[in-house]
Amino acid sequence: MAGLDFKAPVAQEQEDAAVVAHNTRMGVILFVVYVLFYGGFMALSAFWPEVMSKPFLFDANLAVVYGFALIVAALVLALVYMKVCRKSK
Amino acid sequence: MIHETSWIAVLVFLFFAGAVLAISFYLGSKAKSASGYFAAGGGIHWAVNGIAFAGDYLSAASFLGICGMIAFYGYDGFLYSIGYLAGWIVALFIIAEPLKRLGRFTFADALDNKFNSRGIKLAAAISTLVVSCFYLIPQMVGAGALVQPLLGFPHYVGVIVVGLIVTMIVTTAGMVSTTWVQFIKGSMLVLLCAFITVLLLMRGVTTKPTDANGKEVRILKRGVPAAEVTGAAGATVLPEDGAWKAKPYVRVKNSAGVVSVWRKDGDLLSEAQTLTVQKDGKKLVNGLPRGKRAGEADLAPVGYVSKLPGGVEKTGPKGPFGFLRTMQESEVILWSNEKIAEADGSATTVYYQKPTPGSDFMAPGSSPTFKKVRSAKLFDKLDFLSLMLALFCGTASLPHILIRYYTVKDQISARKSTVVGIAAIGFFYVLTLYLGLGAMTSGNLDVTDSNMSAPLLARSLNEFLFAVLSAVAFTTVLGTVSGLIMAASGAVAHDLMTNFMKMKLDEFQKVRAAKIAAMCVGLLAICLGILFAKMNVNFLVGWAFNIAASANLPALVMLLFWKRTTKQGITAAIIVGMISSLAWILLSAQAYKDVYGLDPARAIVPFSQPAIVTIPLGFLVLILVSLITPRPEEQGKAVPARA
Repeated sequence: MAGLDFKAPVAQEQEDAAVVAHNTRMGVILFVVYVLFYGGFMALSAFWPEVMSKPFLFDANLAVVYGFALIVAALVLALVYMKVCRKSK
Repeated sequence: MIHETSWIAVLVFLFFAGAVLAISFYLGSKAKSASGYFAAGGGIHWAVNGIAFAGDYLSAASFLGICGMIAFYGYDGFLYSIGYLAGWIVALFIIAEPLKRLGRFTFADALDNKFNSRGIKLAAAISTLVVSCFYLIPQMVGAGALVQPLLGFPHYVGVIVVGLIVTMIVTTAGMVSTTWVQFIKGSMLVLLCAFITVLLLMRGVTTKPTDANGKEVRILKRGVPAAEVTGAAGATVLPEDGAWKAKPYVRVKNSAGVVSVWRKDGDLLSEAQTLTVQKDGKKLVNGLPRGKRAGEADLAPVGYVSKLPGGVEKTGPKGPFGFLRTMQESEVILWSNEKIAEADGSATTVYYQKPTPGSDFMAPGSSPTFKKVRSAKLFDKLDFLSLMLALFCGTASLPHILIRYYTVKDQISARKSTVVGIAAIGFFYVLTLYLGLGAMTSGNLDVTDSNMSAPLLARSLNEFLFAVLSAVAFTTVLGTVSGLIMAASGAVAHDLMTNFMKMKLDEFQKVRAAKIAAMCVGLLAICLGILFAKMNVNFLVGWAFNIAASANLPALVMLLFWKRTTKQGITAAIIVGMISSLAWILLSAQAYKDVYGLDPARAIVPFSQPAIVTIPLGFLVLILVSLITPRPEEQGKAVPARA
């Protein structure tokens, strides 16, 4: 890698525009899926907090289950993204 | 609480500090070039970088602040865990690969890649410095909170020690040593917290908590008939005058002249604790000089389960869901406090018991920070929504996180390292709920300092574990602070001096300039850490996320997804986002209360977290300015569409 000069050449990856477009599309789709899931959590917590205190799964309340689900979903979607992304040739 | 110095902790602490410095000096002897200093030469393996992400991100706030907030208030602290983790989705799906593709050494490089605009360089550099400084405050406060009980030094000494060590780390090998320090501490933190959680689940929950030696913790009295307290031999009830008038407390002086304070609950009284700071600065605990010797008093450790489901005394080992279920069905003694300003200029804080059912503290809205979600007013809920938005958008806007994308060789490595980071960080955040609830019921909480909850939980399990955990937590602070100082020094040496001011510096001079900048930022961090010593570190991090998200995210996202974006639009969005969020924070009720010591009701802005207003404002400003300025291609530099 070059020095610190702003205009110094930096090793550029070979990019395939179709691959970049595909990966971007996948990223945006998965992002929207997660935003909806996260938005649901925010809405429930803000407007129906009493619902969050009700037992939901294994007698754990919805707040705990939804919170854990958001963390697990982040990892699952990240793995899906890894799987669907293409490599530039 | 006065914490006694643990010599095992001191030894482990010295070992860790020595090891971290040895690694830094060793790597420093190998990394001489500017590219090595700023971006580790782009040669870090993605798996190492992924764990280093965790080491960089799991800061004092994540570890000390979240556990402390859960220990004091319950589920509300876990909301931060969820928000912090969710933010990585923005980083992975939207920012990681393009940022690497536009890649240079700093966040400003990415924004300016297609424009070569001095305005963008300046705005992005200032934004990096402001966000880094705001993020540094909680890290340094956390450092002081840790070193204080470890070494028995005052808070400010701890802050200075940490500041000096971190500055040494950064000025030796830059990003290379920073990466390895973060990798080591990230791995150790996650593994150690997992181990403590297993011990916690095996111990179960009990109404009679013990310390590490198996000795039962003293439980303060509750529900005592008033006549029993006021009618005791030699007891004199002090009149409810002055600042104590109309307060729900009874003050009783015994024959030895010691005044105890009790909180009224109908005809029953519960024992409270008081900490008085006199006009001359001397501290009294329950009316006696603060100390451990005869004739002195110290605040008692607190936090225990008062009622378990089925009326049992202890549950025995519990599974992960069983533990949470038990907490939901139990009653825990939490603590609240009230400040009373006396006529003689002294100030007394009364800490009182607050029996709280699990159904209450295991749902959103039980803490002062988030209590407004239970309000019926729409406006009250905006603070919560705004903070959750800031946490979601802030992660991918933090300069010290963004520069880590330049340490790997390509976009695939950037993607893979983010996934590793999400796995490690997500696992850790699940553990924070258990650690926090475990601390809440351990009988070892320091009622004056929520930041000490996790280390004190470890102490309740085992003294050696406390030593190791404190030392790991210390390296946690080192790892994050070194990342922040790296980002700030890069902004000064690379963005401001080399690119904005066009100073002609050779490789050696640039690295030297960055090291001098690192020393200055380190010094600033020390000062800020001392000034903000009493604030919950988690709340302070929330502010940093708000500023980062408001200043940086609109510019980053629009640059990637809107080809009409102009350099003037980016510059304006950064400046407006940064100034508006900063101003909002400084005019908020929280700042009035915790920073200026003023009545929060006099605050100018309606809620404390600005993101819900200032992030859209950043987008709006960028769009408007871009539309009224010539198209990028007409300004000489075309902006190709991202996809």
